[in-house]
Amino acid sequence: MSDPHSDHTEVDPITGYDTTGHDWNGIRELNTPFPKIVIWALILTFVYSVIAWVLLPSWPVGRTYVPGLLGLNQGEMAVEDFRAMDAKRDEWLARFGAEDFASLQSDDALMARAMPAAERLFQDNCAACHGSDGAGGPGFPALNDNYWFWGGDPETIAETLQFGINAGNDDTRWAQMPAFDWMERSERFAVADYVAALPGGQADETAAGAMIFADNCSSCHGDGGIGGMMNGAPSLTDASVIYGQDRATILQTLRHGRQGVMPAWGTRLTEAEINLLALYVSELSRNAAEEGK
Amino acid sequence: MTAAATLSRSERQIGFGLAFALALLGFIMAAAARHGVMAVHGAMALVLGLYLVFRIGGAFYEPEPSPDRANQYYDAPTRFGIWMTLIWAIIGMGVGVWVAALLYWPEATPAVPWTSFGRLRPVHTTGVIFGFGGNALIATSLYVLQRTSRTRLADSISPWFILIGFNLFCAWAVTGYVMGSTQSKEYAEAEWYADLWLVVVWLVYFTLYIRTLARRHEPHIYVANWYYMAFILVVAMLHIVNNLALPVSFGAAKSFTIWAGVQDAMIQWWYGHNAVAFFLTAGFLGMLYYFLPVRSGRPIWSYRLSIVSFWGIVFFYIWVGSHHLHYTALPYWVQTLGMTFSVMLLVPSWASAGNAIATLNGAWHKVRDDATLRFMFVAAVFYGLSTFEGSFLAIRPVNSLSHYTDWTVGHVHSGTLGWVAMIIFGAIYTLVPQISGCKEMAWPRAIEWHFWLAVGGTLIYVVALWNAGITQGLMWRAYDENGALSYSFVESVQAMAPYYLLRTIGGAMFLSGAIICTLNCRATFRSTPPLHEASDRPLNPQPAE
Repeated sequence: MSDPHSDHTEVDPITGYDTTGHDWNGIRELNTPFPKIVIWALILTFVYSVIAWVLLPSWPVGRTYVPGLLGLNQGEMAVEDFRAMDAKRDEWLARFGAEDFASLQSDDALMARAMPAAERLFQDNCAACHGSDGAGGPGFPALNDNYWFWGGDPETIAETLQFGINAGNDDTRWAQMPAFDWMERSERFAVADYVAALPGGQADETAAGAMIFADNCSSCHGDGGIGGMMNGAPSLTDASVIYGQDRATILQTLRHGRQGVMPAWGTRLTEAEINLLALYVSELSRNAAEEGK
Repeated sequence: MTAAATLSRSERQIGFGLAFALALLGFIMAAAARHGVMAVHGAMALVLGLYLVFRIGGAFYEPEPSPDRANQYYDAPTRFGIWMTLIWAIIGMGVGVWVAALLYWPEATPAVPWTSFGRLRPVHTTGVIFGFGGNALIATSLYVLQRTSRTRLADSISPWFILIGFNLFCAWAVTGYVMGSTQSKEYAEAEWYADLWLVVVWLVYFTLYIRTLARRHEPHIYVANWYYMAFILVVAMLHIVNNLALPVSFGAAKSFTIWAGVQDAMIQWWYGHNAVAFFLTAGFLGMLYYFLPVRSGRPIWSYRLSIVSFWGIVFFYIWVGSHHLHYTALPYWVQTLGMTFSVMLLVPSWASAGNAIATLNGAWHKVRDDATLRFMFVAAVFYGLSTFEGSFLAIRPVNSLSHYTDWTVGHVHSGTLGWVAMIIFGAIYTLVPQISGCKEMAWPRAIEWHFWLAVGGTLIYVVALWNAGITQGLMWRAYDENGALSYSFVESVQAMAPYYLLRTIGGAMFLSGAIICTLNCRATFRSTPPLHEASDRPLNPQPAE
């Protein structure tokens, strides 16, 4: 072992370099000269940094900072980029905020340009609840069918999008299936039996449930539950109920009520985008009609 | 030999007192909180304290260790730390594989709150960074400190306090997450009382390190100790500043940070990136600088380079946190500084990696034959790769493609799997036989299996997430000729499916390797070697020649 406090060092036979003379539990170090490439790399990266500091906003000076020769401002750049993209979109999108649906729909070239964009808009904003193909799910209505609670024409859909349903603003669509927890259990059972049989057309119109239904339910759901009143209450004679029409689910609905929410998109999307989506959704429904759904 | 048997009677008295104090602290916490997360954590501390009271009390009248223990290194805490390292490896990596699988099979999430992805993800990150990485750092630092100073630890109680206290912190953190408690700061999710507790543990750790260094019998402080000390000191600073918070009450696991707005974001990523720098890099470079030359039997290639790299890394790293906040509300000038310092940081990083690889000159035949040394070689290579990638991703326009994508996750794992975990396994396979008195691990062939599982798993994981991240970045920024987005977000999610499956497979391979390592260590610890082979230098300084 060499003595670290004398000049006595060993030469490493493999590299030919001296060791430093330090020794820690057998670990030694070579006295290799400092590699030049590291110095050059440090200089190179430092030059890069100095160029960046000169061109871009960099070092703070008191309450301000060196603005950089390029005069870049990331906030302004973001707004400019956004406006440029907006302007490009507005070549065709602006018409959706200005023209009526009939004239928009009659322009095939425009629709061919707009519908792919509408599809992405739908996927990014609507699909989370209504499904990527608009097929809905428990609690969320299908849009690719012919059942509508408020109306399926583009104007009505646009209004639903704009203000939402039970969305807490002054113009929102409002609907509530009240809780019939004040009813006798036997009455709720009778109504549930009646309503569960409605879609199959097997409902007994003379049963006690039919009488209770006529007194309490038909004002919203229509006589015999045929619906179609476009007040948010579904028809009970077809497949438009979104929570389920088996006996257990009906009992739950009767006992606790329902009040689903669709958010108002007027604060998130532009009028043109809402109209574009309204046309897209009405197309979904019309395609379903053509396929006989 | 139980841990208590390595303590003298007066040390057992102190240990007994500390264990009782811990039980009391736990009782006070539980009593102050009465219910909720903090009460559970108080009960955990109470149970741990009582367990230690009985454990030490039971061994109280056992024979004292022989007086010449002062002439031996104190490795019992390291042995315990290695066990905790391996246990946390399996917990942390196991949860990691599980949450990776949830990304591919999201419907597999059970309908119970504590199993949700959001609660389990920090269990993975805390489990591997603090549990696995932290225990490995503490355990190896105590081992390296003694040998490079040729002195025994300054006292025998502090190392136990540090290790048990640190693991209590980790256990509080991860159990808090599954119960829904979090500060919502990445890598600093644990609540205020756990943070305070860690400060106490850390101060004891720093003090022990300094006291032992002061008693060294070597004229110079080896570079590994510089790195370990930078790790201890800077982590304390980062941890304290980022976790400054006001508790809602002293009886609840809820607090609010004192930082606000963009300052909060900047402090968080100053902390977050330097957790990578000083927890996951500096400490592990200390590990590398000890175990690589020891295992290869080669001198460190350049003494000068190791010194310059140390100061380079310490100086440049502390600036670069703002590269996590490119294109955000953080002022542009802070982003520019973060970017440029990240680029300059590449030089000392590569100098360290190069120094490690050049050290292997003359030992390449050992790299070929010895899987343990190969772990360390691969670690140095991945260290070089991931530091290059880090500097590259910190360049602002590159970041506009990579930010928020799985490229970042891939980058982190190339560092943590390829560099941090590999160097840990290399160190474990070197020191476990040594402190067990064996020549080699119980199952040498299993190290080869572990090595190839680890390398294969890392490559599959990292390559999959490079592809995933670049695909996401390109899909998110693509506009069609009409100025509309080319892809909806959900399409970019669907495109991830094959990569998420691959990353799950890669992670599972890495986890299997860690399990093999744990079983191998268990077998080695339990084996009774025919004769004790002392491969260390005698502890006392030899008389001058």
